[in-house]
Amino acid sequence: MHRIFLVLALVTLMSGCGSSVKLDDVAVEDKTGTPVSGQAAGSQGQNAAAGAVGQAPITRTAIAPVELAKPAGNAVAPTGPRIIYFDYDSFVLKPEFQDLVDTHARYLKADNKRKVFVEGHTDERGGREYNLALGQKRSEAVRRALGLLGVTDSQVEAVSFGKEKPAASGSDEASLAKNRRAEIAYR
Amino acid sequence: MTRTAPSRALPFVKLLVAFCLLGAFLRPAWAQFKVDVSGVGLTQLPIAVSAFRGDDVAPQKLGAIVLADLERSGQFRGQDAAGMALDELSRPELTAWRQRGADSLVTGSVTRLADGRYDVRFRLWDIARGQDLGGQSYAVTAGDLRQSAHRIADFVYEKLTGDKGVFSTRIAYVTKAGQRYNLWVADADGENAQSALASSEPIISPAWSPNGAQLAYVSFESRKPVVYAHEVASGKRRLLANFRGSNSAPAWSPDGRTLAVTLSRDGGSQLYMIDTTGSEPRRLAQSASIDTEPAFSPDGRTIYFVSDRGGSPQIYRMPAGGGNAERVTFTGSYNISPAVSPDGRWLAYISRVNGAFKLHVMELAGGASVAITDSAADESPSFAPNSRLITYATQSQGRETLMTTTLDGKIKARLAGQSGDIREPDWGPFQK
Repeated sequence: MHRIFLVLALVTLMSGCGSSVKLDDVAVEDKTGTPVSGQAAGSQGQNAAAGAVGQAPITRTAIAPVELAKPAGNAVAPTGPRIIYFDYDSFVLKPEFQDLVDTHARYLKADNKRKVFVEGHTDERGGREYNLALGQKRSEAVRRALGLLGVTDSQVEAVSFGKEKPAASGSDEASLAKNRRAEIAYR
Repeated sequence: MTRTAPSRALPFVKLLVAFCLLGAFLRPAWAQFKVDVSGVGLTQLPIAVSAFRGDDVAPQKLGAIVLADLERSGQFRGQDAAGMALDELSRPELTAWRQRGADSLVTGSVTRLADGRYDVRFRLWDIARGQDLGGQSYAVTAGDLRQSAHRIADFVYEKLTGDKGVFSTRIAYVTKAGQRYNLWVADADGENAQSALASSEPIISPAWSPNGAQLAYVSFESRKPVVYAHEVASGKRRLLANFRGSNSAPAWSPDGRTLAVTLSRDGGSQLYMIDTTGSEPRRLAQSASIDTEPAFSPDGRTIYFVSDRGGSPQIYRMPAGGGNAERVTFTGSYNISPAVSPDGRWLAYISRVNGAFKLHVMELAGGASVAITDSAADESPSFAPNSRLITYATQSQGRETLMTTTLDGKIKARLAGQSGDIREPDWGPFQK
């Protein structure tokens, strides 16, 4: 321990403190060496110099930054609507979207090498992970509907974005309704 | 502002004071974060932290960082230290400090060394008893100056409360600015953030490995949710779960060897265990409902999770090896995001109350639960490793922000650092 204090004192002596006043006399007085957590020299209430302080290492792991490239865009897809909207807290495919699902089912059956993603989304209310699970229920409802129309299971992957990719940014009911959706994405 | 030199100072102390006055020994800006105190009956230790000698020329105001840490913990109340010029070698005038209402005092100095590093020293005094409680010195780079201040706060916290301090730990969080997402690793006060990952696609659910070397998280970079493990020091990333469908909600087992995850590969969101080596997932439970957000108890034997098997999302628990699930939350129709405190006593979670999402804390032994915030969009609670604080995400003035709170909700602080939307905090383990 003593040795450390001496080295410290020396380093301090050599370095100064970036000011006009050096700390050398202070540090050298230190070498009488009170232990790390011991009582300061001098009796209580007196303005005597306190004891030396022990040294401890600090190692901080640096963070290596990683920058990801933008993912590729969607492949060419059949034109026409590809978004199915859902009611609040609902995973039921509404009848008005049956035509849309039929169109995509025909397209996929015509080319069984074609693959498609169904991406489920929710509105902004609630937790991110639970919304991810809710969005998954929506995408799987669409996948099941495609399956009932004869599309091979391996052609369709149902995934969820939860509330991470809202279509509309507002918090009004009209925006929320736009966000409760499943998108059919050809990649 | 008054500057009172000790009346009976030894020559070198006088010299020091003169130097300090010359060098514009100004009171640093304490207000770098905001602490809200609410409620009555708080027992907080009154402490004074004098500005460190050299703070005025060093890149960081160490005294201010130490005091801010201590106040954020909820256990300390800062007392006026203005105008008192002291360092770790000074013997404080006890009467003067007692008059200022301080029971303890931190003094210190920061000195630039010849090699460009800084020598940081401090001493803690028990003013009430007139006792020197010890000190430390650290030789650090300019970049580690804040860390040395956090270490000092840890020392003080442990000496005076008996609990380990968490100020030198790290938190991970995610920001969204425009269409840019970043995963950050920051000091426990939210400052000094370093980007671990930047992506044009969302990143959610970061989770520190038990040894603090890796972060598991969900990235949408391949336009679906996929779980990665990311070594923060090297930036090395590894796919942990990239199965058909969605992969999410990683939770490390306390031994760091396995993770519980939510996969939809067999249809529906269900819980699985995977090895860090990437083995075939083992299904934990089989339900026709949503099972997600697994969280291990600190002994690794129990998994808390969210399920809507009863019709609404509620928190359940089951043996980590699989088995019968037992319901944990009974009040309200939306209870999600369980986090168990490292001491195993508390469960933090988010509950919807009259349409507002509020952080709740339940004492696991008794089952009594209380809301501890007044906000309406709380998310993602995570315990500090000493079980005394919780960090969580919330919204304030239309922006997503991070907060820390004591378990009783009485002391809250908004974490500083980033602009834009900040979310998904996860509090890292004690640093080795």
